[in-house]
Amino acid sequence: MYVYDEFDRTLVAERVAEFRGQVARRISGELTEDEFKPLRLMNGVYLQLHAYMLRIAIPYGTLSSAQLRMLAHVGRAYDRGYGHFTTRQNIQFHWIKLKDLPDLMADLARAGLHGMQTSGNCVRNITTDQWAGVASGEIEDPRISAEILRQHSTLHPEFSFLPRKFKIALTASAHDRAAVRVHDIGLHMHRNDAGEIGFEVIVGGGLGRTPFIGKTIKRFLPKRDLLSYVEAILRVYNQFGRRDNIYKARIKILVHELGAEAFAKEVEAEWQTIKDGALALDPALIAEIAARFRYPDYETLEDSPPQLAQARAADRRFSQWVDNSVSNHKLPGYSIVTLSLKPEGGTPGDATSEQMDVIADLADRYSFGEIRVGHEQNLVLPHVAQRDLAALWRALDAAGVATPNVGLVSDIISCPGLDYCSLANTRSIPVAQELTRRFRDLDLAHDLGRLHINISGCINACGHHHVGHIGLLGVEKNGEEFFQVTIGGRADEGARLGTLIGPAVPYAEVADVVEDIVSAYLELRARPDEIFLETVERVGVEPFKERVYATR
Amino acid sequence: MRLVRAGHVIDDPFVRVLDEAPIPDGVPVVLPAARFLAEAAALAGRAAPIGVLWPNNRKAAELMPYLDRLALVALEFPKFKDGRAYSQARQLRETYGYRGELRATGDVLRDQFMFLVRAGFDAFEVKKDADVAAFSTEIARHTVFYQPTGDGRVAANWARHAQPASAQEAVLKSEPVR
Amino acid sequence: MTSPLEKKLKIAGPVLITANRLGDGAVIYRTADHGWTTDFARAAVVTTAPAASELLEAAIADDIGAVGAYVAPVKLDKDGGVRPGNLRESIRLAGPTIELPASAGMPVSAGL
Repeated sequence: MYVYDEFDRTLVAERVAEFRGQVARRISGELTEDEFKPLRLMNGVYLQLHAYMLRIAIPYGTLSSAQLRMLAHVGRAYDRGYGHFTTRQNIQFHWIKLKDLPDLMADLARAGLHGMQTSGNCVRNITTDQWAGVASGEIEDPRISAEILRQHSTLHPEFSFLPRKFKIALTASAHDRAAVRVHDIGLHMHRNDAGEIGFEVIVGGGLGRTPFIGKTIKRFLPKRDLLSYVEAILRVYNQFGRRDNIYKARIKILVHELGAEAFAKEVEAEWQTIKDGALALDPALIAEIAARFRYPDYETLEDSPPQLAQARAADRRFSQWVDNSVSNHKLPGYSIVTLSLKPEGGTPGDATSEQMDVIADLADRYSFGEIRVGHEQNLVLPHVAQRDLAALWRALDAAGVATPNVGLVSDIISCPGLDYCSLANTRSIPVAQELTRRFRDLDLAHDLGRLHINISGCINACGHHHVGHIGLLGVEKNGEEFFQVTIGGRADEGARLGTLIGPAVPYAEVADVVEDIVSAYLELRARPDEIFLETVERVGVEPFKERVYATR
Repeated sequence: MRLVRAGHVIDDPFVRVLDEAPIPDGVPVVLPAARFLAEAAALAGRAAPIGVLWPNNRKAAELMPYLDRLALVALEFPKFKDGRAYSQARQLRETYGYRGELRATGDVLRDQFMFLVRAGFDAFEVKKDADVAAFSTEIARHTVFYQPTGDGRVAANWARHAQPASAQEAVLKSEPVR
Repeated sequence: MTSPLEKKLKIAGPVLITANRLGDGAVIYRTADHGWTTDFARAAVVTTAPAASELLEAAIADDIGAVGAYVAPVKLDKDGGVRPGNLRESIRLAGPTIELPASAGMPVSAGL
């Protein structure tokens, strides 16, 4: 993982000092709320229903154990003992006081953490595959490009007052775990026919009020041109993105209104003026950044060590967990372990400070001190030796983060919803909790197979409901909570928006509706290994619609 | 509203000429965009400096033919959150090589000074008197920058790349290169 | 976007003015004596649009005391008691409807 140097530390320290001054000027009244709000947003500070919310950046989802311990400390010292991991690989604390923020941010800075640009009309956290650097078949570690983009977009003088927020995601695997096609810019790393590494550049994806799958505007962008081309896109957006209507201000609207081809031409014209200038990335510069990524000192190990097989034979629960939560690592003898933050009855993506401390210790012992945050709101230990899995599992199980439901029906992605968020129409967490209770039977969950349920409490779609296999969108009707239900969405390389199945259903019935959809799937599937998404693709939405609305 | 240039408050030497008013002789004048474009040819031989007030919804490229005879380009921030003029500024400085005064007008506040300087502005019509006094403080509190913009400050990556230890020191004490 | 003051205020029943406290974000309610309170029972309740506008204007002007003031509905009981007028205001008053981790030390809000 990337190690800060004196430059990085100084930049964060300067920002902390600046924000301390800005908070003081706000509390004294020298700054009005209108003037202060964009400044606090640029540091990730929201005002929500009960308190301020701080969103801390976890660049491309990578954390050191020291950083995770610092987050645990923040939870204890400044919040109510827990935090929430988000669908953009960040973490949120929901009970923050403005007057504590300067000290809080100074604490974070000691661990190389900050809240810069996790909100506001600027470039947000650059996200990527939570298996970056360890997945089999990956072209190369996309986090190096992500770090180059992170630095470039941090306090960029030209792009700190964009028409609206801007989200960039990268992946370097054929199977896209980073949902690049529903981002403002998606970068899919691949090789061209000559074997060179570059990016497919996809622009104008996004969810929310007007969801779009992104359009490819450049099939192959060489690595050298990454910064200049992204700069050109941002400059076109900064100048021509709509500023008259916040619901039409994202780049996806500009791309849609101009057309992808015309938009690409504008970018190309701008790019021609800068592509060979200071932003051209020479290999030495890239190597500089890459050199500050520390990789584990891996041992040479064999796959499937005998103690693993023995432990599996001895404990069915352990074996079930290995099948579900442990994935292949690019190196023999190692594995990628997913920690489910979706226990029965729990809040998706939440972890207590105690859990964070335990996980940090386990990362030190079993994962070379590194943790990842996935956009599906689970954590990952990316470098676990297979021989250590049994011992690790016992500790994870004791900490409540070993529910073997990763990727299954009860591995629900959910925004915080009306229990916390001032934008929400409905609650979302209680719905998720109820669904984990309905589907608590792990054998059933396993039989259902891969099934992604996404819940958003409002149209801003922070739960990514549009791209859920089953998507639930909270809406308000006559002061009551209702949910629109979509099915058949997907976020990966086959990205597609889900289809509405019918009229919105009341809050009290939404869990029943999901059970009906699941029952329909069990009846309709061609074979046990045909997953829900495939069944929907094969038979369409009608049979599910009929089942759900037959008695409603 | 006070005009700040080179860290000092100065009197504005430019007379703002309203749309239909006659252009006074022998004094620096700044004209709104349409008026300037209409009269550009007529003003070609003028000895006293000419400036233009350029709106943020027109391409900076339109000014390209006139840049060598403009002493002032004033760009607009109708609200400080409207960041279009940052792109115009960088294009004028870095793509088209404009060397005259580049002035930020409108909703210009203290917390944007550093961004403005980095984008190439060198004069500021500052909205609040309290912010005027803070100009030098604001600039001094930032020493590390990640992006190479036209202001000459060495960006972190390039400093690291050049000579590690000594470059770091140089950057952390850096003065802008002009 | 138009400020709440520019739009002509319409109310459909009794309302109060609520906001968040600047220093800590706590939920607060505007009182009849031009102050703020965290005690819902002490909130000023008004029933006409002009009264609500006046209360709101004063609240918004108090930029140091409060952030994001707005008009929120209340429900009146037969015995004259006042309750939050919608789910959002109920949650703001009583806290999240879900159980928080034991370390959070928050009471679970009742009956929702």
